[in-house]
Amino acid sequence: MTIDTIAGVQIESDEEGFLVDPTQWNDEVAVEIARREGIDPLTDRHWQVIRFMRSEYETKGTGPTVRALGKTSGVSIKELYQLFPKGPAKLAAKIAGIPKPRGCI
Amino acid sequence: MHRIVILGGGKGGTLAANRLRKAYGLNEASVTVVDQDDQHIYQPGLLFVPFGLTHSEDIVRPRGRQLHRGIDYRTSAIIHVDLAGQSVQLADGSELSYDVLVVATGAVLAPDETEGLTGPGWMEKVFTFYTPEGAAALEEALAVFDGGRLVVNVVEMPIKCPVAPLEFCFLADWYFHERGIRDRVELTFVTPLDAAFTKPVAANHLGGLLEQRGIELVTEFNTGEVDGTGGRLVSFDGREVPFDLAVVIPLHNGASYVARSEGLGDALGFVVTDTHTLQAAVAPNVFALGDAASLPVSKAGSVTHFEGEVLVENIRRFLDGEPLDASYDGHANCFIKTGFSKAMLIDFNYDVEPLPGHYPGLVGLPLLKESHLNHLGKLMFQWLYWHSLLPGRDIPGISSAMPLGGKLQALESNVKERVS
Repeated sequence: MTIDTIAGVQIESDEEGFLVDPTQWNDEVAVEIARREGIDPLTDRHWQVIRFMRSEYETKGTGPTVRALGKTSGVSIKELYQLFPKGPAKLAAKIAGIPKPRGCI
Repeated sequence: MHRIVILGGGKGGTLAANRLRKAYGLNEASVTVVDQDDQHIYQPGLLFVPFGLTHSEDIVRPRGRQLHRGIDYRTSAIIHVDLAGQSVQLADGSELSYDVLVVATGAVLAPDETEGLTGPGWMEKVFTFYTPEGAAALEEALAVFDGGRLVVNVVEMPIKCPVAPLEFCFLADWYFHERGIRDRVELTFVTPLDAAFTKPVAANHLGGLLEQRGIELVTEFNTGEVDGTGGRLVSFDGREVPFDLAVVIPLHNGASYVARSEGLGDALGFVVTDTHTLQAAVAPNVFALGDAASLPVSKAGSVTHFEGEVLVENIRRFLDGEPLDASYDGHANCFIKTGFSKAMLIDFNYDVEPLPGHYPGLVGLPLLKESHLNHLGKLMFQWLYWHSLLPGRDIPGISSAMPLGGKLQALESNVKERVS
């Protein structure tokens, strides 16, 4: 666990950098986390995915996997990798301030 | 008279039907099973087909024959489930009304969803052993393979039997040794995960075993394209792995009628169910088990078996108006064939990782360790499958809740490590 000041707020995150308390999240926090992950600026397409992650988390209690994102977010998997390189589901979840998706078992 | 309709006549549907038939008299409930074909495949056997250790025809039996007397068996594809009307529309034009519905139609492969996978080279130098046809075609291809790069690739999770691709690697190592050409074959396991397996302790053991056997491990590789002509896997982030022969485990979805039944499935067509009661989120009289459910467990036969007990008890409680039994704990175990007449056994649940020790008690099969005894256990399993698991018999000493007795020591040291 680390406590850090992000966008002027004291925020706790786990060892992989995911927010411990998703309610501490806001747009400024997202912009700052994204900047630290090398994504600057956040475009409308990024926001479309981030907002989708938030609403999925709020209704289902977990963020979607990459495949589910590709099928339901309106952004193709190919584009997801361009927007959030390496691991779109993990990175977008981190920026959206929700826990790491529990997709893979 | 309760009307119980079970969709799917594989392992889950069959054992549920047989257990329910035993639980209810003929005048108390009707039990109907629907499947689109009459071929019940012993799926763990598919792994052995490419190596000539068994044949596709030896692992297939008629579905109807596995069902006890008094169970109505229908062969038809399913159009959709009308949840509000409590009925199932079948492709043969008939309609089945139900009081309780069990979804047990498993997972289906979706090779078309990966660019190029079913294009040029498919079933020539790109194969899957997850279907009887694919496994048989791969047997022929392996028999004439005399050297080069053999790549085993999991496109994305979830897949059925997540250890099978690793077992394939171990068996391929053994197979090429037996043929005396192991030094001419480069074996590579390419996975979207960040390690050899999902659970960290087992991933370490299995990763070590890959290294010992000279099998290269490529992690965090999300396959975007399979180029059969050029002989390469291309990831979404632009990395490439070349191959002469590729064994690909395609994407998995739930059965297509699930997606056509409003609210029944998630984005991939798996039924959203309570993790402990197996009741579907969409309706209290709908349950799911096995690969068809979206539970955070492995899609594996052992899981289906352990779920079976809880499922049948909960259907009885639902019909009697009692609160459901929330006792399914995510229990799974898997024999992992490691070649050279050895196998490893792992046992785990939602909360407890695979641990070393013995199963099911202090005296039993060794866990997380290669042994000849486990190899025999795996061989015996096919007999148990047809004669004990499908008929819905309990195996003495094996219960659905995960046993800890044989691994307490390991658990204690594991906890100590975490605390310190």
